[in-house]
Amino acid sequence: METFANLADGFAIALTWQNLLLALLGCFLGTVMGALPGLGPSNGVAILIPLAFTLGLGATPSLILLTSVYYGAMYGGRISSILLNIPGDEPAMMTCLDGYPMAQKGMAGQALSLSGIASFVGAFFATWGLIFLAPQLVKIALLFGPAEYFALFALAFMTLGGVSSTNQAKSAFAAALGLGLATVGVDTQTGVPRFTFGEVHLYDGLDFLVAIVGLFALSEVFIFLENRHGNSDAKKSKLVIGRLTTPLSMLKTCTPTMLRTSVLGFLAGVLPGAGASLGSFISYSMEKRLVDKEGTFGTGDPRGVAAPEAGNNAAAGGALVPMLALGVPGSGTTAVLLAVLLSLNITPGPLLFANNPDVVWGLIAALFIANLMLLAMNIPMVSLFTRLLLIPPRILMPIVAMVSFVGIYGISGSSFDLLVMIGFGVMGWVLRKLDVPLVPIILGTLLGNAMENNLRRAITIDNGNWFTLIDSPLAIGLWVVAIIGFVLPLIFGRKVRAGMHQRRDEESSITD
Amino acid sequence: MSDRIFGIFGLLLAIGFAFAAFTIEESFLSDAVGPKAFPLIVATILGLSSLVIALRPDAEPDWPALRRLVEVVSAVVVMALYAKLLPVAGFVIATALAATYLSWRLGSPLVGAIATGFGTSIGIYVVFHLVLGLSLARGPLGF
Repeated sequence: METFANLADGFAIALTWQNLLLALLGCFLGTVMGALPGLGPSNGVAILIPLAFTLGLGATPSLILLTSVYYGAMYGGRISSILLNIPGDEPAMMTCLDGYPMAQKGMAGQALSLSGIASFVGAFFATWGLIFLAPQLVKIALLFGPAEYFALFALAFMTLGGVSSTNQAKSAFAAALGLGLATVGVDTQTGVPRFTFGEVHLYDGLDFLVAIVGLFALSEVFIFLENRHGNSDAKKSKLVIGRLTTPLSMLKTCTPTMLRTSVLGFLAGVLPGAGASLGSFISYSMEKRLVDKEGTFGTGDPRGVAAPEAGNNAAAGGALVPMLALGVPGSGTTAVLLAVLLSLNITPGPLLFANNPDVVWGLIAALFIANLMLLAMNIPMVSLFTRLLLIPPRILMPIVAMVSFVGIYGISGSSFDLLVMIGFGVMGWVLRKLDVPLVPIILGTLLGNAMENNLRRAITIDNGNWFTLIDSPLAIGLWVVAIIGFVLPLIFGRKVRAGMHQRRDEESSITD
Repeated sequence: MSDRIFGIFGLLLAIGFAFAAFTIEESFLSDAVGPKAFPLIVATILGLSSLVIALRPDAEPDWPALRRLVEVVSAVVVMALYAKLLPVAGFVIATALAATYLSWRLGSPLVGAIATGFGTSIGIYVVFHLVLGLSLARGPLGF
C-alpha cells in the first residue's frame, strides 16, 4: 500500500501547470524527433539536456521534460516506419516489416492507430513494472558494497557490447575510451591533475554533456553532409493515411500479442545493455514464431505491427529500472538521462529512493501522464506529424547543429567547450564509420569516476588487498554474469545481430 | 585495412595513455590504490581491444569520395570558426552565417539557404533569449 501512497504523492507533484506543460512539450518534441529519420531518442534528449539545464529547471521538471521526450520518441519512430518504410529511430526498425505493407494496402491509418494503441499498452504496463520492480532492486542494491558496485559497473560495460555492436572488441574499445576520457582532470581522491597536459580548461575534467551532444547530434550532421542527403524522403511517396480508427476485431486479435510482448519487452529493457531495439526485435520474432501460422507476418499482418511497438515501448520503461534503482543505465537513451541526473547533482541508485522520493515518484506519475497525452496526441494528430516528415534535412540539420551549440554555450559560455564538442562530433563520425558503438563511450565518461572511486574505496577498506573485489558471493555472482554476458554474444550473438541489423541503414546507427 | 590502421592507432593511444599515467605525480597523501592504477587498467583494455581489432578486422566501411570528405572537413572548419567568432560577432550574425553555410552545403539553393540561416538564427534568438531568457553571446551590436 505504501507504493500507492507514494504514487499519489507523485501525482501531486506532477500535476502542476508547469509540469503538465513540460510533459506536453516533451511529448510533442519527442514524437517529432522520433518521427524524423536521423533524430533518434538519444539525439533528441541529448540536444535538450543543456537547455533544460540552462533554463534553471529543477530536477523533477527537467526529468519530466526529458523522459516525456524519451517516451514520445518511442511513439514517433513508428510514423515514418509505417508511411515511408524508413525507421525514424532504431527501435522502430521492426515496425517497417509489417507496417509498410499495411500502408501499401491502403491501411496506413489503421496501422498508425493500432501501433499508437500498442505503444500505449506497452508503456503502460512497463510503467507499472517499473513501480513494482525498482523498489525490489533497490533492496538488493542496499546489500552492495564498493566491490559489488565495481563488479556491477563492469557488468554493465561487458554486457552492453553484446547487442549494441557487431564486434565485441570494438565495444570494449569504446568502453575503455569512455573510461579513459573520464579520468581526465583533477583526481577526486588525491587532488593531483591527470592527463591535463597543463591545459587549465581540462582541470575540471571533460564535461560529459559536451561529449554527448558532440558524439550524438553533431556526428549526425556530418553523416548528412557526407551523404548530401538534403531532401526529405517523404517527397518521393504519397502520404495517404486513410481511416484513422482501428476496427474492434483487429484490436481483439492483437490484444494477446500486445500483452505478451509488453512483458517480454519490459524484461528485455531491464537487462543491462539491451534497450528498446532488442525489445522490439525479440517481441517481433517471438510473435512470429508463436502466432504466425499462415505466414502472414511480413505482408501487413496487424499483429506484426502491434508486437514490435508494444515491445519497444515496454523496453523503454524497463530500461528506466536499472537506471533509477542502480544508477546503471540499460540503454543509450537512459545513459543520456543518467547524464541529466548527474548534472543536476542527483546520484541515482538506492539512495535516490530514500533521499529524493519526490523525484522518483514525480517522474513515475509524469510517465503515466505523458503516456496518456501521447495516446491522445498520436491518434488524432498523427496527420500533423506526418506533415512534419516533409521538412527536409537541409533545413532541419542546420537547426539541430545550432541548437546544440546554443545549449553547450549556454552552460559554460566558453568557446573552448564548443571546440571540444566539435572534436567529439568528428570523433563520433569516424567511429560510426568504423562501426564502433557510441553508447559505451558515453557510459564510460558518465560512470568512469564512480567506477574508479568504488574500486579504490573497496581496496582501501581492505588495506590494499585486490582480491577483495571477488570476496563476497554477490560480487562473484556479478562477475560471472558479466563474463557470461561478454562471452555469450561471441558464440551466439552473430545470429541475433544479423537479424537485427539486416534492416539497419547507415543513418540510424545509434542504438536507441 | 581501415580497421588495421584504426587498431594500430588505438594501440598507440593506449601506449601513450599508459605512458602519461606513469608520469602522474603522486601526492604524499594517497590511498592504497593511488591515481595511476585505474588509468593503467583502462590502458590495458584499450590496448588489448585495439590489438584484436587490428588482427581481426571487419569488412571495409564505405569511406566517402574525396569530394565528400572535403565537405565534412570544411564543415568542421566552419564550425570551429563559428566557435571563435561567436564572442566577437555576437550570436545572431555568427549563427546566421554558420547555419546558412550548412544549409547551402546540404543542397539548399542559395536564397533558400540564406532564408534558413537567418530564420534559424533569429528563431533561436527569439525563443531562447527573448522568451526563455538564456544568455547568448553578445556582439558589438548588442545581439
